[in-house]
Amino acid sequence: MTYNWNWRIFWEPSPEGIGTYWDMLLGGLVTTLEVSALAWIVALAMGCIMGVLRTVPSRLAQAVGAAWVELFRNIPLLVQLFLWYFVLPEVVPVALGDWMKSLQSAPFVISAVGIGCFMSARVAEQVRAGLGALPRGQRMAGTALGLTLPQTYRYVLLPMAFRIVLPPLTSEMISTVKNTSVALTIGLVELTARARAMQEFSFQVFEAFTAATVAYMVVNLAATLLMRWLERRVRVPGYVAA
Amino acid sequence: MTGFDWGVIWRSLPYLFLDGMRFSLTLTFLAAAGGVVLGTGIALLRLAGGRVLGAVATGYVNLMRSLPLVLVIFWFYFLVPYIGQWATGASRPVQVGAFASSLLTFTLFEAAYFSEIVRAGIGSIPRGQMAAGFALGLTYRQVMGSVILPQVFRTMLPVLLTQTIVLFQDTSLVYVLSITDFMGAASKVAQRDGRLVEMYVFAAVIYFAVCYAASQGVRRLGGRIAIIR
Amino acid sequence: MRLAALALVLLALLRPGTAAAEDLTGTLQKIKETGAVVIGVRDSSIPFSYLDDRQKPIGFAVDICMKVVDALKARLDMPGLKVTLTPVTGSTRIPLLANGTIDMECGSTTNNPARQKQVAFSNTYFLTASRFVTKEGTAVTDIDSLRGKAVASASGTTNIAQLTAVNLTWKLGINILTAREHAEAFLLVETGRAVACVMDDVLLASFIAGSKTPGAYRISEDAFSQPEPYSIMLRKDDPAFKQLVDGATSSLFRSPEGRVLYNRWFTQPIPPRNINLNLPMSPQLERAFQNPTDSADPDHYNS
Repeated sequence: MTYNWNWRIFWEPSPEGIGTYWDMLLGGLVTTLEVSALAWIVALAMGCIMGVLRTVPSRLAQAVGAAWVELFRNIPLLVQLFLWYFVLPEVVPVALGDWMKSLQSAPFVISAVGIGCFMSARVAEQVRAGLGALPRGQRMAGTALGLTLPQTYRYVLLPMAFRIVLPPLTSEMISTVKNTSVALTIGLVELTARARAMQEFSFQVFEAFTAATVAYMVVNLAATLLMRWLERRVRVPGYVAA
Repeated sequence: MTGFDWGVIWRSLPYLFLDGMRFSLTLTFLAAAGGVVLGTGIALLRLAGGRVLGAVATGYVNLMRSLPLVLVIFWFYFLVPYIGQWATGASRPVQVGAFASSLLTFTLFEAAYFSEIVRAGIGSIPRGQMAAGFALGLTYRQVMGSVILPQVFRTMLPVLLTQTIVLFQDTSLVYVLSITDFMGAASKVAQRDGRLVEMYVFAAVIYFAVCYAASQGVRRLGGRIAIIR
Repeated sequence: MRLAALALVLLALLRPGTAAAEDLTGTLQKIKETGAVVIGVRDSSIPFSYLDDRQKPIGFAVDICMKVVDALKARLDMPGLKVTLTPVTGSTRIPLLANGTIDMECGSTTNNPARQKQVAFSNTYFLTASRFVTKEGTAVTDIDSLRGKAVASASGTTNIAQLTAVNLTWKLGINILTAREHAEAFLLVETGRAVACVMDDVLLASFIAGSKTPGAYRISEDAFSQPEPYSIMLRKDDPAFKQLVDGATSSLFRSPEGRVLYNRWFTQPIPPRNINLNLPMSPQLERAFQNPTDSADPDHYNS
């Protein structure tokens, strides 16, 4: 059975009524980018906190940080999303659970939180590596100057650590975009889900997936270029990463 | 839902592990083995394959690394038979089963990541090793095969194994094709009996146990086999 | 180089067999050469094609297809024909049929003109209309009262296509939740994430009967369509194979065995929980069994 090519399919109206198939895919791309941005904010915030916790001189803090990282690193993202989406509303008090279930944008919020927590473990490890790459003297100098521990982190350690780990963080950011596709299993209508829907309605498998592939490649390229520009702007002369 | 029925886990253990986990583990090991071999080949092509082959290899790696695995899974499942038909000039699409399709998908996808690891490993070997090999009269192939790559694998083994653990987690994504891996099996039981909480929590616990134990093992292994330069 | 070797090996395998006296084409040729037939089955289309307690595919449609396999064995003179049952979903069945992964699909696939542009269908074995299910006690009674609510349906089905069309034409503003398969769509209603779920009414009846609290659900009277036919799905432009399948199903439906098979799944307890669906054969289906047809026109069955 030969395959019937039809590249003009993108200009035909989609059965969902919001425009052409092209508009449908574009809508999916927008959702992907929105969820990625939110998830990345969550990942950076939690990852920073946990990465720092693993380096402070307190056994409890280190244990908390380690537990967070190990928990979110060793469970597959798919399973984590299912836990957030299906299990959480059932184990909290009934009223809260019902409210969670009735949220119109539940898949959107759950995906952002779930993917964010998953990525935060990896960001935490990067931050920890960055902080570990700094000479011990930095921390001591901070104390000698009379800065408290939080102040040392804020003004001395973290700025340098971030500049060092910016390249690996770039690839984590791109990973976040790619991971949004897993959220189609909990009903998030992002780019891959839209490509599937296009394939189901129009039967043009190749065209639909090629469009999605090109879209991801473009996003990847744009993100890489953006981060490369950012790296150039924040680099510190004299450091290996510069 | 009041009252959780944890007995459902006990009743479905044979199905979960004999069918589901066996699929997950088989897929993981076979894809890892194939991926490492292919990845090493790709890394070597990038380093010494000449302009055209090097560019092809680089393009391949960049493509695979910029696409989500879910999309690649769909690509291969639906389109490999057509590609097979085109590549072999057959009269009809080549029939590829679910397992073969997933194996092909994961091998080719992970090969890109493995190739980056091997390439980094080769780059970390002191240049003197190559020079010494040539000074001894070995050909490029002999130096690579007998001197460089063994060292690369020893240094990079922890990273390669960590990537394999990631691969094991990624196999859960065959769920989108209704293929029965461990997660798929847990889902089927969950949906059939309406026991979502119990089954998904159990699946999470098992994945955690396996991956945590494996990563601790890798850490210990890394300490033992590290080469001190 | 390696590609050429691979090509040679595959071409050698694809050379026409010497066993058959006449020329086989299409799917018949493929089955003869590969020695196996691959059947697509569903995992939760009760009682047509679903997984039992031991995750084995069973069902009314599966049994019909096994009869077709018997006819295949006789036609191709292959008593040892290997039969593989491959799980498919609502959204993967057509691409997998088209790309050769499965040879025929035996589940709950609706025969309609839109699909006939991509695939072919054999004789009808059931008639069902799209309806929706809600929990008792909700204020939702007819399609219009779904306005602005969350409604679930399985992807790749005619149900979701009909729901989308109605949503658009009547401007209901429904939030359509797409589920991977029928079981998941029903689960969304069971767990309260969706107010209603649109599915073929026979499947709804099965899910309700098998749920923990059957009395808590209500199937709507409103339907999204007239009763539409279910048939075995086949590849397009393959007349020889279609003829064989049509012949096998036709003789099955006309014979008393067809009635017995129907009763086994619809009026007697079925695995895995021994529930009895209690659905005697409707007059329309009786007529369709007496005069087997592959018509996609719902009106054809009302005459």
